[in-house]
Amino acid sequence: MALIDDRQNEPAAQRIDCDIHPSVPNCAALFPHLDDHWREMSIVRGIDDLHSANYPDNTPLTVRPDWKPAHGRAATSAEAIAGQCLDPSGSTLAICNCLFGIQTLYSEDLAGAYAKALNDWVRTEFLDKDARLRASIIVSLDSVEMAVEEIHRCAADRRFVQVLLLVATAQPLGKRHFWPIYEAAVRYDLPIGIHAGSEFRNPPTPMGWPSYYLEDYVVNAQSFQSQLTSLFCEGVFNKFPTLMVVMLESGWTWLPAHLWRMTKYWHGLRMEIPWADRSPAEVVKDQIRFSLQPIDGPGDVDQMRRLMDHIGTDDLLVYSSDYPHNQFAGADVFHETFTRDEIRKLTRDTPLATYPRLRSASS
Amino acid sequence: MTVVLTSAARQEAQPVISGVADCDIHPSVKSMADLHPWLSSKWIEHFKSYGSLRNQHYVTGAAYHKSQPNASRRDAYPPEGGPQASSLAFMKQQLLDSHGIALGILNPLVPSQGVRNLDHSAALCRAINHWQVECWTSKEARLRASIVVPYEDPEASAAEIRFWAGNASFVQVLMLSRTSFPTGNKRYWPIYDAAAEAGLPVGIHAFGNSGLPITSAGWPSYYMEDMVAHAQSSQAGLVSLVIEGVFERWPALKFVLIESGFSWAPSLIWRLDRNWRTLRSEVPHLKMSPGEYIRRNVWWTSQPIDEPENATHVSDIFDWLGWDRIMFSTDYPHWDFDDPARVLAFRTSAEKRQQFFRGNAHHVYGVAA
Repeated sequence: MALIDDRQNEPAAQRIDCDIHPSVPNCAALFPHLDDHWREMSIVRGIDDLHSANYPDNTPLTVRPDWKPAHGRAATSAEAIAGQCLDPSGSTLAICNCLFGIQTLYSEDLAGAYAKALNDWVRTEFLDKDARLRASIIVSLDSVEMAVEEIHRCAADRRFVQVLLLVATAQPLGKRHFWPIYEAAVRYDLPIGIHAGSEFRNPPTPMGWPSYYLEDYVVNAQSFQSQLTSLFCEGVFNKFPTLMVVMLESGWTWLPAHLWRMTKYWHGLRMEIPWADRSPAEVVKDQIRFSLQPIDGPGDVDQMRRLMDHIGTDDLLVYSSDYPHNQFAGADVFHETFTRDEIRKLTRDTPLATYPRLRSASS
Repeated sequence: MTVVLTSAARQEAQPVISGVADCDIHPSVKSMADLHPWLSSKWIEHFKSYGSLRNQHYVTGAAYHKSQPNASRRDAYPPEGGPQASSLAFMKQQLLDSHGIALGILNPLVPSQGVRNLDHSAALCRAINHWQVECWTSKEARLRASIVVPYEDPEASAAEIRFWAGNASFVQVLMLSRTSFPTGNKRYWPIYDAAAEAGLPVGIHAFGNSGLPITSAGWPSYYMEDMVAHAQSSQAGLVSLVIEGVFERWPALKFVLIESGFSWAPSLIWRLDRNWRTLRSEVPHLKMSPGEYIRRNVWWTSQPIDEPENATHVSDIFDWLGWDRIMFSTDYPHWDFDDPARVLAFRTSAEKRQQFFRGNAHHVYGVAA
């Protein structure tokens, strides 16, 4: 199944998939990239797997049924990604956002060692094996200093095109102690990607822990809304006017209502945040992008066009398949909703404008 | 002459219908001593020594400092003194008479719900309910009250609902949005059961304090973030109510989301329905889609109304949710008050205005027009 209707695109067009998910089969796969101490600790202590409860293996959302292998996890090799995602969709570039749960480790040293191993594993097993693949640098936020070091270490390889964070963090992402990460990102031409999922440092809702995974997953959208508020209010975009933030698997149909509310309270309360001299909508237009999947939209095309009118610009979306997650229910609406120009923008122009390091690769 | 309409001028003059219903008014005590007639000496002494223990850091006031005292209009101090909205005479003059309000729903936010000492919480709620009747509804026929319940003690809450059930002063059960467990959690079901039995809607007003951070990423820095986040918090509460099966268990029970915003609802419904289709094997107790339950069981109050540059965008939200779903509210005396003459910044039919300003509230609260 093509991810985007080929009739909508000229044959030679570039198609950039901004959110795909290679899976780590288990910790042993990373052992070649861990130093002796942490490898030994992993074996002695039985640290077998850090698969995150954000995407349990067998929920119908985690892997599209036709992409589920008979044994083990989907998307554990460059061959699987090529065969199931890149080749059928004709993607010429794709950004690997690995969601192995290293952000949840409480020990800074253990998290740092596994982040490093994970980035090296992605480089060896994916970037070195398929020239179409790019990747995000995975960091743990428990030590900002170590996160900055890891960005510095990986950024030398320009196939790393982004820094990846999870949306539900220990503290709101606008807080100043995270700013060295944004400083490093700007310095190395790396957008900050924020992906659905939790570090499990706070409950998913302000009322605590829900009973169902369905709730856990749905409320990711509210987490993104709050992070947008935090980044805006704290002045991250004023301090770093060239920083790009990409919200990944965030949904985006919530954006107009959220901007209306933020703008209303910005009008009433901006005395509290005098540095916020651009409106929330201007900041989003200049510095925030959203991955296409999931499209939490209406089933009705006219309503969808009205919603696009509420958003007011077609420059905010970057194409994503979210492979191998099961996110394609809205694809038909997508085909009918977006014009040829819009599809060209979101599959090529906007990703290239958003990710400086993709521009060098594509020339 | 060409006139460029500013957003204020654009909201000119649509005739407000007569007999407006205001679904969110916050009466205040002059001091906690106002409640003494209905508190035992035990609780009066307890309060003097220990105050009321809440899930937050300061003895008085809110976790985030508001933009002005009591988060209320500076012109709302009664001439005879006391905090804003503590004088019925001045409320009549400034709110009910000036804005043509014929039905006003009281939602007292006097510290009581969410007090950690559950017996103290229950005693305060009982006193506040007496105070609403004695000092407000019995003296002003346009006002109706909400049964304030100590929601972290669901059994005591159910008892409070049964105590007042049948009293025509009360048209709603009041909870706050930030409960200590998700709003649909089974621990709260005795409240919903008692409300259904009494035939009263459950109003869930934004705010309260569960003690948990208002975002899934911890505590934000600013009051503005806290204010914006009540929309996210209310969304999570609605997700819990629908997914836990509250609307399946009590099909006729009405829920009113008060001061939570409503423009977010269409997108949330699309997201819920989409993910329910994928993950419905986890929630076989749901017999309909989340959107179908929400459209059957949930209403919203309008304040704070969103004000996009293109005002017709809000009109779309009304169309998508249904004009029978959104009820006008002022939030008097709070600073982000909505004026009925300016709240709808787009043209719409007399019939829809009638629903929004009046009809929906009379239907939901069962008050004869």
